[in-house]
Amino acid sequence: MPKTISKKKSNTVKLKFDTTWKYAPAPESKSAATIKPQYDLFINGEWTKPSGGKYFDTINPANEEKLSEIADANATDVDSAVKAARNAYEKVWKKMPAKERAKYIFRISRIIQEKARELAIIESLDGGKPIRESRDFDVPTAANHFFYYAGWADKLEYAFPNRSTEPLGVAGQIIPWNFPLFMAAWKIAPALATGNTVVLKPAETTSLTALKLAEIIQESDLPPGVVNIITGAGATGAAIVNHPDINKIAFTGSTEVGKIIQRAIAGTNKKVTLELGGKAANIIFEDAPIDQAVEGVINGIYFNQGHVCCAGSRLYVQESVAKQVIRKLKDRIESLIVGDPLDKNTDIGAINSRQQLETIHKYIKIGKQEGSEMYESSCALPGKGFWCRPTLFTNVAQSNRIAQEEIFGPVLAILTFRTDDEVIEKANNSPYGLSAGVWTDKGSKIFNMTKRMRAGVIWANTFNKFDPSSPFGGYKESGFGREGGLHGLLPYLNLVG
Amino acid sequence: MTDKKITMGKTLIKKSSLSISENGLEKKSSSKRLEVLKTYKIYIGGQFPRTESGRYYVPTNAEGKKLANVCLSSRKDFRDAVVAARSAVSGWSGRSAFNRSQILYRMAEMLEGRKAQFIDELILQDSTKAKALKEVNLAIDRLIYYAGWCDKFQQIFSAVNPVASSHFNFSVPEPTGVVSIIAPQGDSLLGLVSVIAPVIAGGNTCVVLASETKPLCSVTFAEVLNSSDLPGGVVNLLTGKVSELASWYVDHMDVNATIYCENDSTIQKMMREKSAMNLKRIIFYDKVKWGTDEGQSPYFIMDTQEIKTTWHPVENIAGAGSSY
Repeated sequence: MPKTISKKKSNTVKLKFDTTWKYAPAPESKSAATIKPQYDLFINGEWTKPSGGKYFDTINPANEEKLSEIADANATDVDSAVKAARNAYEKVWKKMPAKERAKYIFRISRIIQEKARELAIIESLDGGKPIRESRDFDVPTAANHFFYYAGWADKLEYAFPNRSTEPLGVAGQIIPWNFPLFMAAWKIAPALATGNTVVLKPAETTSLTALKLAEIIQESDLPPGVVNIITGAGATGAAIVNHPDINKIAFTGSTEVGKIIQRAIAGTNKKVTLELGGKAANIIFEDAPIDQAVEGVINGIYFNQGHVCCAGSRLYVQESVAKQVIRKLKDRIESLIVGDPLDKNTDIGAINSRQQLETIHKYIKIGKQEGSEMYESSCALPGKGFWCRPTLFTNVAQSNRIAQEEIFGPVLAILTFRTDDEVIEKANNSPYGLSAGVWTDKGSKIFNMTKRMRAGVIWANTFNKFDPSSPFGGYKESGFGREGGLHGLLPYLNLVG
Repeated sequence: MTDKKITMGKTLIKKSSLSISENGLEKKSSSKRLEVLKTYKIYIGGQFPRTESGRYYVPTNAEGKKLANVCLSSRKDFRDAVVAARSAVSGWSGRSAFNRSQILYRMAEMLEGRKAQFIDELILQDSTKAKALKEVNLAIDRLIYYAGWCDKFQQIFSAVNPVASSHFNFSVPEPTGVVSIIAPQGDSLLGLVSVIAPVIAGGNTCVVLASETKPLCSVTFAEVLNSSDLPGGVVNLLTGKVSELASWYVDHMDVNATIYCENDSTIQKMMREKSAMNLKRIIFYDKVKWGTDEGQSPYFIMDTQEIKTTWHPVENIAGAGSSY
């Protein structure tokens, strides 16, 4: 890329991104994927029509076109699914030797890998995320998550010293629309590995990859009823949460709904884990490798259109480097390509739904009203569909709503700080505590910061890194319970003395 | 096929039993196809050479039937194998633990696909059909078992140590390097798989001496390894005599650990003495019942791991006290 040396007195080079050539379209073909015109509910190993006879449309948020019709499960359907899961648990799954359970889960992982391309395309069509992300992150990580947990099934006796383990029974799992297949893997894999059976509800705007997963589960010959996938919206989710024969609820979604669930199960014996929202602080110290830190911040908030619970949505930059960092951020967002999710050049895809876009617009308006300065990239946006340009706010105060409330979109709030004490206090000054980022070259400062941050996942000189063996989860109102790693087994087990 | 009589005038000419029909050569009365016999070679660096010594020995089964002309490996074969194993260490231990688990799982896939061949070889080497099936199934399941441990044993055996000074201090297992193994001698397959899997699951490479009397499955198992995306040199398999090779297995200066699976006390004593030269770790698995659950455990992985402890200072700002 041609470089232009800025005429200003600073000694940093400004990179010019408007080059002499444009990116040629690089569309991924849809031909590798098959989407049926209508999907039923996957209960007891079979496709069952919804008892209310109702279906709802699922659309492609990039062009608002209908992709398929999804069954709407009512309370009767939820009951059938739970009965199937209970039956499978008592009669088959609980009795099966653990190493045989493991082999089914390995099979599911291998088949996901075989069908990786199809799943990536459907994920991008249904949810709006760029194909590069579905292909390189969502699908392989989902496959790996099944593969990792399969290995634990027959090794639980080693996991918790002086305790033997028992599964809980039937797990009701409700997952969000930001990483549909990946979240399904995070929920189903540990539940099966620990000997539980599952009733899972994907988000209503992104059901397709979960339904494809149901087909894969059928293909793996998993005994009927061990995994049941039922589609629907809030009412279906509530029916699952309230069902008396569910032993455990696992929920990933907004803090608001997490609190509703917590109240709903009060007085019952149900166990629960919640993985909720966040407002992560990403902290750049003056001795950080600045260009890498800028890339890290960009990835932290604009990856997956900012629809990430652990997104680095607050940037705290040390005053001495603030001007430089902010200028680099503004330059960098100009180069981000907002466009067709199926184009391999796209960096930022479509916002998942009209509703979410309206929420983001609301916060952008609030930010301006509160007195912060908004800056957005100048890229063109496609006509139809739901789109938002990468946006950042400067001159944000700690108590501004855009610094405290989760926006869940490509909007970054930038604040400054002078001392370590100050930024630690400000970063922790949030009801949330899911993740945090620290950028500095000084190792001892990293470990001090990681120790002081009240958050469940701390990234030092990196961001948005995930691994099946690495436990993930929040402090405070970002939820409780961990997913991934050895600690991720606990939510699905009773430890017996 | 009957003899054809050709009548030429008054003479009867009997044709040979090998008659030429209008369609071409037809064979003798029994239509038996000659079997192509397998040459049992050794496995070094991902290749199948013969022993450099050119020697062979002929193990027989309990009924006295000759099994094959099997390579009688030499000291030089062992040294070549150690070179291959050492050069494979950085690649193999440098792979992600997850990748190692994928490869061990692939070994199970390949072994499952060739079950019938192993069952035949086991039956030839004094097993029954039922026992052979059980042994092969257990060998496959054991590979899957260890595949699952590759990226998990670290979480059980590592520690973050709460030292009193302001340091982040952690201890992790690391592979010891090249392991020489004298496999269980009474087993053709299960014992072999049971000693190899934990060693490579932990990131080591190895040179293995197969069972002297039942070597067939080890060579066929090398073919399974070779088709499993396992890099060459990670597992090297030799066949030959324990009495000739044992001392070379234990006194090689570039071997980090030796595993011996029999209970010959003379050999055990010799091994303890000779290993002192470079302080290689000596491990005896002489009492293990490989056919039971006792034959698999993450502790077998830990036997060929070292523990590394690392310290890093922690700045003290905004909170008193030490560290993690």
